[in-house]
Amino acid sequence: MLAVTALALARLHDLFAIAMLSGIYSLVSAVLFVMLDAVDVAFTEASVGAGVATVFLLSTLALTASREKTVPRKSLLALVVVVITGAALIYGTIDIPPFGDPDNPIHHHVAPRYVHDSPQEIGIPNMVTSILASYRGYDTLGETVVIFTAAIGVLLLIGGKRRVSSKDKNE
Amino acid sequence: MKHYPIPRLAAKLLLPVIILFALYVQFHGDYGPGGGFQAGVIFAAGIILYGLVYGLDSARQLCPPWLLQLGISLGVMIYAGVGVVALLLGGNFLDYNVLDPHDPVHGQHLGILLVELGVGITVAAVMITIFFAFAGRRG
Repeated sequence: MLAVTALALARLHDLFAIAMLSGIYSLVSAVLFVMLDAVDVAFTEASVGAGVATVFLLSTLALTASREKTVPRKSLLALVVVVITGAALIYGTIDIPPFGDPDNPIHHHVAPRYVHDSPQEIGIPNMVTSILASYRGYDTLGETVVIFTAAIGVLLLIGGKRRVSSKDKNE
Repeated sequence: MKHYPIPRLAAKLLLPVIILFALYVQFHGDYGPGGGFQAGVIFAAGIILYGLVYGLDSARQLCPPWLLQLGISLGVMIYAGVGVVALLLGGNFLDYNVLDPHDPVHGQHLGILLVELGVGITVAAVMITIFFAFAGRRG
């Protein structure tokens, strides 16, 4: 279903439908994350990807045109680049250890330490929260600063209403 | 949207539930899925729904821009401030063990709660700000 939605996204030219479909894509991948037992990630994907991001896309569409500009010429170079990149990625997956194997390196590095020690060290039942907020506190601080920076960027680019109104007063 | 009573009523009924759910996700993140980020987004979604149905101006009255700008920086400051307090109490930056001198586990609880609160405030304020910035350009 993810693949079908992605194909439809690539084929469509109506940007309104694309915005709605990308929301559906997020919702479907949230379901996928739930099936993989990653409830926190699914929660984030559903609220951000399917909810707020769709609203932002739609409000951007209200400012711009709702049809994509069609490019008549199809570039052969683009196809070659995409095929080479895809082939490299597929070649890369050959080296990935098999899915769900308990001997994978990810299960032997820091994960056992988190699973064994976090109930004593942090003492809260949701291990994802204790990893995010305590063990990886620097990362989460960085993420918060990224969001902070995004808001400043948006405000600088399109939030400049005050300056226009003061200019109107001067004229 | 003034002439559509059903969406208006639905939004009025949904809004308290959404805000309450956001607060639940915020403060229950220690025990169930969720945390500051998701809670902030849900809170913002509630305000955005209000703005979509009742118009941007009433939403702006609910969340004035000065409050949002304060929230954006306040959240980051709470987060970094917890780190600095830990530093001043003799630990490493963002080491919550020293927040409670008697019980390091309790210190961890307190630190995570405060940090998640900071994340939640920043995310909610940022999302609402971006929505206002986009929607405000139309007029």
